[in-house]
Amino acid sequence: MTHLQDQQPEYTAPGDPGPTFDAGHDDSEALCERVRRAHHERSPLRIVGGDTKAFYGRRVEAAHELSTTGHHGIVHYDPVELVATVRAGTRLAVLERTLADSGQQLAFEPPHFGDSATVGGMVAAGLSGPRRPWAGAVRDFVLGVRVITFEGKSLRFGGEVMKNVAGYDLSRLMVGAQGTLGVLTEVSFKVLPLPPAQACLRLELPLESARQRLGEWGRRPLPITGAAHDGKALHIRLEGGEGSVAATSASLGGDEEDPGFWSDLREQRLPFFAHNDSRPLWRLSLPARARLPALEGDWLIDWAGAQCWLRSEGTRSEESGIQIQEAAVAVGGHATRFDREGSADSPFTPLPPTLAKYHRQLKARLDPHAIFNPGRLYSDW
Amino acid sequence: MNLLYDERLDGEIESVDKASLIAAIQAVAPKLTLLDREEDLRPFECDGLAAYRTLPMLVALPTTLAEVEALMRVCYEHGVPVVTRGAGTGLSGGALPLEKGVLLVMSRFNRILELDPDARIARVQPGVRNLAISEAAAPHGLYYAPDPSSQIACSIGGNVAENAGGVHCLKYGLTVHNVIGVEIVTIEGERMRLGGEALDSPGFDLLALFMGSEGMLGVVTEVTVKLLPKPEVAKVLMACFDDVERAGKAVGDIIAAGCIPGGLEMMDNLAIRAAEDFVHAGYPVEAEAILLCELDGVEADVHADCERVRGLLEAAGATQIQLARDDAERQLFWAGRKAAFPAVGRMSPDYYCMDGTIPRRELPRVLKGINELSQRYGLRVANVFHAGDGNLHPLILFDANQADELETAETLGGKILELCVEAGGSITGEHGVGREKLNQMCTQFAADELTLFHAVKAAFDERRLLNPGKNIPTLARCAEFGAMHVHHGELPHPELPRF
Repeated sequence: MTHLQDQQPEYTAPGDPGPTFDAGHDDSEALCERVRRAHHERSPLRIVGGDTKAFYGRRVEAAHELSTTGHHGIVHYDPVELVATVRAGTRLAVLERTLADSGQQLAFEPPHFGDSATVGGMVAAGLSGPRRPWAGAVRDFVLGVRVITFEGKSLRFGGEVMKNVAGYDLSRLMVGAQGTLGVLTEVSFKVLPLPPAQACLRLELPLESARQRLGEWGRRPLPITGAAHDGKALHIRLEGGEGSVAATSASLGGDEEDPGFWSDLREQRLPFFAHNDSRPLWRLSLPARARLPALEGDWLIDWAGAQCWLRSEGTRSEESGIQIQEAAVAVGGHATRFDREGSADSPFTPLPPTLAKYHRQLKARLDPHAIFNPGRLYSDW
Repeated sequence: MNLLYDERLDGEIESVDKASLIAAIQAVAPKLTLLDREEDLRPFECDGLAAYRTLPMLVALPTTLAEVEALMRVCYEHGVPVVTRGAGTGLSGGALPLEKGVLLVMSRFNRILELDPDARIARVQPGVRNLAISEAAAPHGLYYAPDPSSQIACSIGGNVAENAGGVHCLKYGLTVHNVIGVEIVTIEGERMRLGGEALDSPGFDLLALFMGSEGMLGVVTEVTVKLLPKPEVAKVLMACFDDVERAGKAVGDIIAAGCIPGGLEMMDNLAIRAAEDFVHAGYPVEAEAILLCELDGVEADVHADCERVRGLLEAAGATQIQLARDDAERQLFWAGRKAAFPAVGRMSPDYYCMDGTIPRRELPRVLKGINELSQRYGLRVANVFHAGDGNLHPLILFDANQADELETAETLGGKILELCVEAGGSITGEHGVGREKLNQMCTQFAADELTLFHAVKAAFDERRLLNPGKNIPTLARCAEFGAMHVHHGELPHPELPRF
């Protein structure tokens, strides 16, 4: 049945500077049909966008792939409304370029990990960039989604408005669920203006003093939007109005740095992430005030201490992986195996029993025949 | 239209013997305060939507987590519904009790457990008032950002249940953006933590799912919030317009220029006059609309932004622009806005507050539509608008003592919400669906979408014991009241259970 929200009201006239439309290609009917068939045959699907983040999670054993890349295009973008609605198969780079042309951006600066990265894959993976602690995560900017359910029905949740508390927030639930609850076909984002001014600084400081300073700076309304420590130096990014960026830059000291550091950090192009380094790569998400777990290896600290990358030789086995995850849980966080070649059996930290029970029940309700990316997050669902 | 629970449409509720239920609860939680005499139950018969009242079977006022867990287990075993209530300030009847249910009142969970200024977090019990968190954080130069107009009284647990907003959402976000973790007790009496101090968690984002879930999925027993450093300066510009449409356009101009104000509010003439009469904020009573634009941040930026916004407002045709001279005047400008609801309340024996959201560009046309509806139904409507984020609060003035006026107000309110949905918006931006907007949910969502909501509910509460009859309408209700009956009386999926 036609959705009341989908009927363009007669009196909607494009404003000025006005909404932009890009027809792209709507492949949703074919996608729904493919899901209906999988449902009918009880045959699992591996949902694929640009296939740039397949390493992030467990390998999906499925006879068939469902590609979203044929379903692309910016459905609706209105800079005045700060909202962009995009089909899942749209390349992330295309969306970002369109926003930049209007002086706007996705404030959570998601990593691409490859040119073919799609908007749907980015939302399903739920990974956010260096600005995350200050600007928010992917889910904080998702206003609405269209999703194909296990029965092959295309449903809409949320919308294009900033505030909406009607019904459960299924839009945000889909972020980071890695396609295990349904096929994302369209996402509406809140977008924000690009900051007028930026400054990037490098301060030679040991980690402990860097942490102390960050704690102190964090209590002041400074325009910090990036804080990383590479073992030798603290890297700071400032973004905001001309006045505040200049004043803060002068008061924090340090040397000016190429802003490319931040995109290299986000895309894992810094030497720390080198592909020829065969040591496993771990991502530890920790409370910013937690002590780093005593683990052997090299650290790269991002998110002012809340996202810590570890390269460690002795963590190849399942057991040592469990030890890392337990060490992260002990200080209030969790750890994820993040290698590109890895095919770890439990890359994500196991859930406590009650939480695991409700995850299973939710999965069973939304995907009763386990056709969507089975085993992607955890082996038993 | 009657908003009280209707077993025929909302699902049957088993009757249990009150005395044996009390005995069962007391056996496992001997110190738990239970109220069951009519005069003790009376204060709990309604929340902020006072037109609707039901006496609960029993009120429970726990002080410990163990009592909450024990109570939930007993209610689960006996099949007794549980409605959770915070401060009772909600405007959609989300905490309206059930005759055959227990009302779980969390107001005694009122301690701030931890406040760490370096980590900029506070861990609090759900009964702590919203404003109390900011007050406790103030000595450290920090505050909790979401500030619903009821912040002096409303509790943080209720804020989580409703995903509460406020006048600073566009820049600082809603509750979902500012709460980083919660502790939940499930209907089966299990405890679990969602989110936490780390910035993400493994598995699904259940924290986001629980925000605004109106007590339908679990009971919130602890909340961890992030605190923000107070902006160095905040300045407020008040701009007057002789035309509502022009004011609406000015809002778009400010945002299109790349400026995100801390707050951006609009009031129409009726709301202006009401607020001015009540608070004497210095509002120009002859203006058709005023905009309040708060710019905050670091001194140098705010000064530059103020100049820029002033230029934009002038270009947009503002008849008068006034910058609050000092903090006192800034507070006064806001006081008028924050008191707008009670102010309108003084103009009329009763008022009914709506909470629709729309894309901002639709504002002029929606306001025109509201005006037409107001004339058609013969009731005055004052408009208060969180203009920055498209959240409209039309206040319908009526007199409940006049025959049929409440019903007319409700019908008019329903029409206004349908207008919002047609414009691409939502029936509720921050007040929640509760009991009040169940029928309008049938307008906003199709049967398949409602069915998926019921599936989510069933994953956490299969027996439908948590706040039944709120938030998500049954398909049976929609068949009777909602948009579905326009489809030739044929319901999609007649095979589905109509719970």
